[in-house]
Amino acid sequence: MAQYGFYVDLNACIGCKACQMACKDRAGNEPGMNWRRVLEVGGGDWQKVGQAWVPDVFAYFVPTACHHCSNPPCLPVCPTAAISKDSNGIVKIDVEQCIGCHYCEWACLWGAPVFYEEQGIVNKCDFCKDIVDAGGSPACVEACPMRAMEWGDVEELRARHPEATFQIVPLADPQDFQPNALYKANTAAGERVGTILNQEEI
Amino acid sequence: MSIHEDTNLLNQLNQATLSRRSFLQWSAATGAAALLTSNVNLVNGLYPLEQALAAAGDIQVIPTGCAHNCGGRCVLKAHVQDGIIIRITSDTDRPDDPLDPQLRACVRGRSYRRRVYAPDRLKSPLRRTGPRGSGLYEEISWEEAVDTVAENLIRVKETYGNSAIYSHYATGGGSTTAGSGTAARLLDLFGGRLGYYNNYSWACVQVATPTVYGTQNTGQSRLDWLNSKLILMWGWNPAEMIDGTNTMYFVKQARAAGAKTIVIDPRHTMSAVGLADEWIPIRPGTDTAMMAAMAYVLITEGLIDENFVNTYALGFDADHMPAGYENAESFKAYILGESDGVPKTPAWAEEYTGVPADTIARIGREYGTTKPAMLYQGYGIQRRAYGEQVVRMGCVLPALTGNIGIPGGWASGIAFAIGGESAPGAGFPSVANAVPYSVPSYMYTDAVLRGAEMGRADGVRGLAEGEETLPTGIKLLYNAAGNCLANQHGNINRTKEILADESLAEFIVVHEQFLTPSAKFADIILPACTFMETFGMTGNWKYGPSRVLLPKVIEPLYGTKSDYAIAAMIAERLGIYDEYTEGGKTEEDWYNQWIQTLTTDNAAVYGDAEAFTARGSMTVPYTENPPVAFADFIADPVANPLTTPSGLVEIFSPALAAMNKPEEIPAIPKFIVEWDSPWSPEAENYPLQAIGNHYMHRVHSTLDNIDWMDEAFPQRVFINPADATERGIQEGDMVRIWNDRGAMIIPARVTPRIMPGVVNIPQGAWYTPDADGVDRRGCVNVLTSERPSPLALGNTQQTMMVQVEKV
Repeated sequence: MAQYGFYVDLNACIGCKACQMACKDRAGNEPGMNWRRVLEVGGGDWQKVGQAWVPDVFAYFVPTACHHCSNPPCLPVCPTAAISKDSNGIVKIDVEQCIGCHYCEWACLWGAPVFYEEQGIVNKCDFCKDIVDAGGSPACVEACPMRAMEWGDVEELRARHPEATFQIVPLADPQDFQPNALYKANTAAGERVGTILNQEEI
Repeated sequence: MSIHEDTNLLNQLNQATLSRRSFLQWSAATGAAALLTSNVNLVNGLYPLEQALAAAGDIQVIPTGCAHNCGGRCVLKAHVQDGIIIRITSDTDRPDDPLDPQLRACVRGRSYRRRVYAPDRLKSPLRRTGPRGSGLYEEISWEEAVDTVAENLIRVKETYGNSAIYSHYATGGGSTTAGSGTAARLLDLFGGRLGYYNNYSWACVQVATPTVYGTQNTGQSRLDWLNSKLILMWGWNPAEMIDGTNTMYFVKQARAAGAKTIVIDPRHTMSAVGLADEWIPIRPGTDTAMMAAMAYVLITEGLIDENFVNTYALGFDADHMPAGYENAESFKAYILGESDGVPKTPAWAEEYTGVPADTIARIGREYGTTKPAMLYQGYGIQRRAYGEQVVRMGCVLPALTGNIGIPGGWASGIAFAIGGESAPGAGFPSVANAVPYSVPSYMYTDAVLRGAEMGRADGVRGLAEGEETLPTGIKLLYNAAGNCLANQHGNINRTKEILADESLAEFIVVHEQFLTPSAKFADIILPACTFMETFGMTGNWKYGPSRVLLPKVIEPLYGTKSDYAIAAMIAERLGIYDEYTEGGKTEEDWYNQWIQTLTTDNAAVYGDAEAFTARGSMTVPYTENPPVAFADFIADPVANPLTTPSGLVEIFSPALAAMNKPEEIPAIPKFIVEWDSPWSPEAENYPLQAIGNHYMHRVHSTLDNIDWMDEAFPQRVFINPADATERGIQEGDMVRIWNDRGAMIIPARVTPRIMPGVVNIPQGAWYTPDADGVDRRGCVNVLTSERPSPLALGNTQQTMMVQVEKV
């Protein structure tokens, strides 16, 4: 069985949210609901030295969506078995089966499932299953103006980008869920640890 | 009645979208994959994947584009089902060749169906029922509306003459059948109108660049950036303002090819994050001081390209001054302080710029010793009190280092690209404007207020000999697809008063899609459709040689009409319908005619009409080793002189010297302390500098009302923690920002990603005053000044001091 995954080079990401908007447009999501979001992470401060201001400031962006985990925490907690993994490892919610109980939402460490109040269901990134099954690319990947995103079999992505990791601040520790998102870490931060700067946008 | 929001349609559409897109699988999708072939093989303009998906879902995918006034012109593809746009994609599965990269759209284009179907679209012609600016209107018929417009055009023409009619700079419509061009064509056929020169983007840079180089064509293909070893991105933020589709991608490629990039900007911009190796924050309006100090380092450390300044330039030192100005102040004398006693040392510049002296010296040395190197000027730094100076100084540094006319170098200035960075276009045949006069666009309100007193000193052009002033002020404003009438013009509270006075502009007509702050001053509003609801074409701006066809994707909503069709209705009342429409041509007729013209005259670029129409867009692929601006001049300056009066790079401009206003228009570029700056009296009450960047939320003011964009990039003021703490302001607090010209209350974003002492209020938000006249949306022009720059008479909307407090 294949396992699809995402790869993002965080040194090339400019935080433009083209991926988020392409996803939003395909899903037809109202404001406040996003299957893909872009976190702005950063920190540091300033020093007045003589007449000058000297920054010790850094920032980077982390586009994030469902990681289509190999061992997804959302799947076993679904009481109606609405969540499944397909032959490409895509974690999919069958919205016809979903009763909107929120369990998957609570189980996910990264906030990927989104609750739809009006419909009383949960839905999330489905890896653009219809498009990739037809031979295309996920909407987010093909939207990236910096060509910073890739998708494919996660082992191939890992082989192509051996330095890629999931250990990126501020993404939660994956425990044993095996998320299938890979990131090339932004080098600007160095040893400094940032915080999310755009809470109101996500 | 007043305007009501028809949320019903939007709800219906959203439900339709949700059910079709999110919750139903395309049952035939798997089978459709069989349609795929390995080769790109266009059928009816669709790539195999799109065919497959369309076949699977009974969806039509129509290639179109994004036609607004950023620097990009991207491909959009409208997925249409039952006459409704249900999804928008971009330049998807055609090969993404670095020499012919896909034209991938940003959030602005990707959110476009939310704009087409926005609940606040104007749906009917409107007549004003309250005071101008109140937004109170009643619906009237198209016939009544265009009759009223025609009557007023005829009345004003007969009473005051055609020079009392004015159509302001407007860029909301980027399609050939939309926007101000349709109004200009109408008015020119009607006998003419008062013209304007300059625009809100490039006023100073368009005037200042030729004072050094004699031309605007000082740049070259983006592909040449891959030859550079160092790129100083000076106030240049292509990631946010979109300086051409793919410009940020070319910067990425230049870095991959070995260029070091340094962003110099008060803000830690998206470009600073994703495109740069280093960020140097600098106080707004002090760029010229840092550049002068870099020149000091180059001179005192022996890093001047002596051959260049001696052979190719005028006025570097006392030995190279023009005839008649032998004893005037040379550039070198100014920099070393020989003429004014103030050496322009890095320590001197530190006080103004806030950049450490050793950093300035280091950047000066890096620029002086790394070859080839680019100093790329953004345009925000020239929308300032003395915007001419930073442009000229930015053009002098490449001369001092010999970075002109060589691959990987950059002459700076406005930098329109030579050599194939433009694709041939087509549009309406031009009509001469019979009125000879024009005014600087940034002084249009003056032409309303006191036009009959305005003469040459106010920048009026076209006055005959013996004629001292314009014959009349503006009495009729015709504004098609533009928000510069009020929202985007400096000092909105002043503009409001002028526009509200019905004894000045007696009649105001607006074509619009939404009730914008400018539209609220109209006497008659004519509801226009978006470019997706008619036929048109768009093409490249500064970079990106492309032409994008804009076929009609859906029928016009609510019976709205294209700007062209609206103007044609008025032309009919004015008795010039046949001239206007060339015998009744529709938008589609023109569209087909333009395609024929392009494919006949430029078959090598566009192929045949059928192929062009099928693909929907065409780009001119790049060629390796693109030509470099001024290479011929460098090869032989005698045989190929510049078009400046001296034929040389004019570090010293005799033409500027002859103007005899050395304090504000010096012959050599100088750092001039701005009015409304930390060193001016305004700083006492208003200690913070404010700027208004081009925001991802909008294209200028277009898209400000779109909820998806509000979510992604909300409007707020960006303030450094040091300034926020001093004022007790925390992240998300509502704050009041004000100066003598106006006030606003908006949320604060407290972020280290902006320099202390500087706040950023992204430009383009729609002015929304409360009962006390305090803007609640964050239109930066509440705070800006209408004062023009001294030489270009251009906009100075980045120069302002403000105070901020928690409310």
